Amino acid sequence: MAITREEVLHVAKLARLELSGDEVERLTLELGAILEAVGKVAELDLDDVPPTSHPLELVNAWREDEPYDSLGLDAVFANAPQREDDLFRVPPTT
Amino acid sequence: MGVSSVSSVVDTLRLTAEEAAGLVERKEVTGAELHRAYLDAAAERDPELHCYLRLVDEPNGDGVPVALKDVISTHGIETTAGSKILAGYVPQFDSTVAARCKAAGLPIIGKTNTDEFAMGSSTENSAYGPTRNPWDPERVPGGSGGGSAAAVSAGLAPWALGSDTGGSIKQPSALCGNVGLRPTYGTVSRYGIVAFASSLDQVGPVAKNVRDCALLYSLIAGRDERDSTTVELPEPVRLPEGEDLSGLRIGVPKELNEAEGIEPGVTTAVQNAIELARSLGAEVGECELPRSVEYGLACYYLIAPAEASSNLARYDGVRYGLRVDGESYREMVERTRDVGFGDEPKRRIMLGTYALSAGYFDAFYGQAQKVRTVIAREHAAAFERFDVLVSPTSPTVAFKLGEKAANPLAMYLSDLLTIPSCMAGLPGLNVPCGLSEGLPVGLQLIGPQFSENTLFRTGHALEQAIGFDPVPERLR
Amino acid sequence: MTWQPVVGLEIHVQLKTRTKMFCRCANGFGGGENTQTCPVCLALPGALPVPNRIALEWTLKLGLALGCEIPKRAVFARKNYFYPDSPKGYQISQYDLPSCVNGRMLVPSSAGDHEVGIVRAHLEEDAAKTVHVGGRTGRIGGAEHSLVDFNRVGTPLVEIVTGPDIHSSEDARRFLQLLRQTIVELGISDAEMEKGTLRVDANVSVRPAGSAELRTRCELKNMNSFRFVAQGIDAEVARQIAVYEAGGEVVQETYDFDASSGALTARRSKEEADDYRYFPEPDLVPVEPPAELVERLRGELPELPSVRIRRLERELDLDRALVLVTGGLDRLYEATVAAGAEPLPVANLIANRLATSAGDAVDASQLALLVGARDRIPRAVLDDALSHIDEPGFEAAPYLAQEAVSDTGELEPVIARIIDANPGQVAAYRGGKEGLLGFFVGQVLKETGGKANARVVSELVRERLGA
Ligand SMILES: [Zn+2]
Repeated sequence: MAITREEVLHVAKLARLELSGDEVERLTLELGAILEAVGKVAELDLDDVPPTSHPLELVNAWREDEPYDSLGLDAVFANAPQREDDLFRVPPTT
Repeated sequence: MGVSSVSSVVDTLRLTAEEAAGLVERKEVTGAELHRAYLDAAAERDPELHCYLRLVDEPNGDGVPVALKDVISTHGIETTAGSKILAGYVPQFDSTVAARCKAAGLPIIGKTNTDEFAMGSSTENSAYGPTRNPWDPERVPGGSGGGSAAAVSAGLAPWALGSDTGGSIKQPSALCGNVGLRPTYGTVSRYGIVAFASSLDQVGPVAKNVRDCALLYSLIAGRDERDSTTVELPEPVRLPEGEDLSGLRIGVPKELNEAEGIEPGVTTAVQNAIELARSLGAEVGECELPRSVEYGLACYYLIAPAEASSNLARYDGVRYGLRVDGESYREMVERTRDVGFGDEPKRRIMLGTYALSAGYFDAFYGQAQKVRTVIAREHAAAFERFDVLVSPTSPTVAFKLGEKAANPLAMYLSDLLTIPSCMAGLPGLNVPCGLSEGLPVGLQLIGPQFSENTLFRTGHALEQAIGFDPVPERLR
Repeated sequence: MTWQPVVGLEIHVQLKTRTKMFCRCANGFGGGENTQTCPVCLALPGALPVPNRIALEWTLKLGLALGCEIPKRAVFARKNYFYPDSPKGYQISQYDLPSCVNGRMLVPSSAGDHEVGIVRAHLEEDAAKTVHVGGRTGRIGGAEHSLVDFNRVGTPLVEIVTGPDIHSSEDARRFLQLLRQTIVELGISDAEMEKGTLRVDANVSVRPAGSAELRTRCELKNMNSFRFVAQGIDAEVARQIAVYEAGGEVVQETYDFDASSGALTARRSKEEADDYRYFPEPDLVPVEPPAELVERLRGELPELPSVRIRRLERELDLDRALVLVTGGLDRLYEATVAAGAEPLPVANLIANRLATSAGDAVDASQLALLVGARDRIPRAVLDDALSHIDEPGFEAAPYLAQEAVSDTGELEPVIARIIDANPGQVAAYRGGKEGLLGFFVGQVLKETGGKANARVVSELVRERLGA
């Protein structure tokens, strides 16, 4: 299964990766080869087989509605790239 | 750095964690001295091997030190997952496994190298440079947990924790000649583990022998209220003692043992181990996992990247980690991720995003989930007849650095034999079973879910019978 | 041609659990910026969600109140998108397997019960709050940077999706009033639009009356009161009709409602179409509500507002019944009637004179006494009594002791003075403006300091002016 350059660019946009021109070329080839290999799953007729999203058959794992202490501002901002007062600052969301 | 007096009484290359605990208990050595001995060993050998991304000088406990793969969050100790995008990131909380190690008195000695976000089979994908195999520094230690495996084999840590998504504990243990357990999915908490593929990731121990491996597993396993996919162990961990295997039914899946690309030397060592098992009283029979092996890799390389593409979306330069500035939020995010992620994460993010995107979901991700069901059913059928399945862990012994780096698909094949059981959430134990071309060969033992005790018993008996010397020849 | 509006609503309700949906940070307003956050809220590497049992139960409860079926299995999925308000890069939300499906709500109307289908009600988590700062206009477009507060992220949110079953802005308003009252009575949310604990989006299209087709719809957002929802729907319906009547086609679009101008502004279309890449959240396991739990929750449901409206309608008209029920005052009304007061005066007095918040604190037997004496005691005394009626230990007796002035001899001179002083109004009244009666009565009451018996005054004025 081949993937086109345009598809690679579209997927990169969805994934928010700014790829350089070289990367686009390389990924188009690599992903094409990988997709051909993984496309093998389509060979199997599995219409009657249910999907597995989880290896254990667990259900109803929940917790009580009891609060714990939140982090505290020092810890919250310990790794922040940019802080303004007690908020995270980011470039404009235009 | 000089060799301290403790190092002269403690041979970190040979000392097991259990023995080390005995020394501390009998007050022959203090925890601090033990810690120092491993730091000294690291000072001597790590410049060449690069097992550690960072070492902890001051022990925070009195017990046997433990090394943690750098995907395991440690409060106050930088945790990068081998990625530039997390350079300088210092967790403000402990992962549950780190907390359990601390609670058991195990000081953290350091954070071990890993392929970036645990994506790889050679540890060459670390943004901080590769780790080298203690048996031959020209060769890879396997991956992604090459740092933990190499550290244990080189005597730089008595034991370590790794994480395994499709073979990242078992395969490096095989290539480095030690014992690694990928536990049953859900028995060890993932809280605080930098996520790769959530439905597959499992933390597990790496050790010099099966008893140490079981001991460390017993310290970290069990339900965690912070990880809703965890469960309590149905029975306590038993440290293995016996040396016979009477009554044990061992299945030899044809496809896992005859797959294309398995080196003859690997097959020979595994065959010998199977013969030994028979001589120890086990019943051995052949079985089949036809679709698990044929479609396992494809299934894995759809599901794991899909989950990864979502798990790695949080690295956006907003709250922590690398930020590369831009005119707009979007530009900042795109640049940060371009600069911060290496080739392999980018490849998998792209692959996973594609597999989940509109129009492709059913053919890729949806179909892979069904293949997953098929794989689980095939294994369940095999376990109706057998207690344990055996195969080589890796089709090859340790390969040369750079040998597969340019060919992602060839690299992916390193996990051909470990992946199917991971897809089914099954536990797997690697036990060294001999040498081929002077390099370790690993035997993979797979059991049904929650059968760790059976794996320990089998691995321990075989370990005794095989008599493998875990110290790399060049370091003896 | 006449056109029929076709409206479906999407309602988001913040649940007032003690803790957030997937972590144990305190839920709700109050803390300083970013103080109610933890590794889960900030999506620190390795943080994992653990669902709040109460939020799950409340979702089921709401679903049951809306007549939904509770499917055997609900599954959380990841909705992937990048934005500063989405720390994980995805929102956890039930998607193809929601907790509640296929319900309906009966909205009483003068033409009988109007059924609005509830397609689904599902549980998800709220996003963080992003503030845009700087720039010449102060609007998003000119912002120099944005600031993010993660306190709100992870607040449990139930999304309710109705069928396209609403055909007027008035029906939409009435549906929302009833839905809100239901939510408030379940005790699961304050459901206040002004505070954002209840949010409404409307999908609007129109079709030729009598047709069953569904035409292209537009989505309206940012309407932060029921009145604005109604205004927004009216504006959009008018716009679409004009487009069709001019021979055009409606293009699918999202509009923001501007409360100050009442205008709709189309959102800038995005560079690429949304592709949320939903897949089952691997960090969470499915929810399979045990039958006993569902039955327990069903048993805990109060009598629903729409049922109560229908019951009240037997003695009152629909409008009064609606006002009482959606104001949360109908239980007081019924208790007061049960204590012996006449229905209509009770309804009027409660609806016009009591604050919604007072309802629960009022002793119905005391209120019944006041209603019974309302014509006999001075208006000022009645007002005074009503202003204290929600206080603990309120007794009507002292107020009832004060008789209003009903003595014709005392009242007639005052009435004569008022009539003489207002010749214009007198002429108008006699010319047919009978509504002016209230004016004269009011003047007399004012003159007597509220002590006159209003009913007697009213009779006397009518007599005098009728002559
Ligand atoms: Zn939190």
